[in-house]
Amino acid sequence: MAPVAPRSGDAVFANIERVNAELFTLTYGAIVRQLLTDLEEVEEVNKQLDQMGYNIGIRLIDEFLAKSNISRCVDFKETAEVIAKVGFKMFLGVSASVTNWEADGTCCSLVLEDNPLVDFVELPDTCQGLYYCNILSGVIRGALEMVSMKTEVTWVRDMLRGDDAYELRVKLLKQVPEEYPYKDDE
Amino acid sequence: MQFFGGSEISPAPSAPTGSGNNAHMMYIFNRNGVCLLYREWNRPLRTLNAQQDHKLMFGLLFSLKSFTAKMDPTSVEKGNLGVPQLPGQGCSFHSFRTNTYKLSFMESPSGIKIILVTHPKTGDLQEPLKYVYNLYVEYVVKNPLYVPGTPIRCDLFNTALDQYARSLA
Repeated sequence: MAPVAPRSGDAVFANIERVNAELFTLTYGAIVRQLLTDLEEVEEVNKQLDQMGYNIGIRLIDEFLAKSNISRCVDFKETAEVIAKVGFKMFLGVSASVTNWEADGTCCSLVLEDNPLVDFVELPDTCQGLYYCNILSGVIRGALEMVSMKTEVTWVRDMLRGDDAYELRVKLLKQVPEEYPYKDDE
Repeated sequence: MQFFGGSEISPAPSAPTGSGNNAHMMYIFNRNGVCLLYREWNRPLRTLNAQQDHKLMFGLLFSLKSFTAKMDPTSVEKGNLGVPQLPGQGCSFHSFRTNTYKLSFMESPSGIKIILVTHPKTGDLQEPLKYVYNLYVEYVVKNPLYVPGTPIRCDLFNTALDQYARSLA
């Protein structure tokens, strides 16, 4: 039997059940707002959002793999392209572009022109240190960890802070080989 | 559809049929070798306790995978036997058949391994195993009460699985 071809982000997005975009945006806004009230410190909120994203990411990866029919990426470059073109499209309905590769191919930027999380959002003066979309970096980190890639994901540009786009820097720290999980004497 | 199921799963692929009896048992392992699920439909002989049995099965798959990768005639570069492989390296087997049973195997890049043991005359089961992976996503991964990495205790998933295994007859 011929292997099933990977599906494009658009194809998956068309078949997946979606929620209303405004509902999504406002719900996320409400979560961030609540976190700010509960945790008070902006830094803590950033951390919490990242952790929430991580928890989402480690589950999301299986849905992504099951629905997109993607098997294995040859290298990190392909991985980044797949995240930008299929992953973002499938779950957020937008796609990102991959730029600014470092020469050794372990570090790149994902640039989002359009970001559905930030409609209706303005950062007040008291929250200038907030990475409003920090959940996204957590999701990517969590999902990649499940496919054996330890990464570090940081925000470089943020439109809410006056930049011209959203830019996520993804750095591959190491690839973890699959090892035999049991000890011999067990 | 069901309580946890967000999006529809595409219709179950019709299972290739063999003659006589069908699915014996199924294992699902995660990347750390934890047996997330063990279902048994038809297994008269049992000699090991459950834990040993799971470990043996995982060990069999793990070794077989590194052997198949080592024997791969198409790739130039192979590590030494037993040396851990990076994800994306090497190849993986789909099934093997003995005179008494057939074992079909699927592994997702996230390390979820699905094993189905059936009658030796059963046809190719890659599509059915993919379908099981989709069931796992809908019923287990999307279940907010499920803690990732722990054995699956989800009746809906078991029911759906039992039903599907019966249809493999």
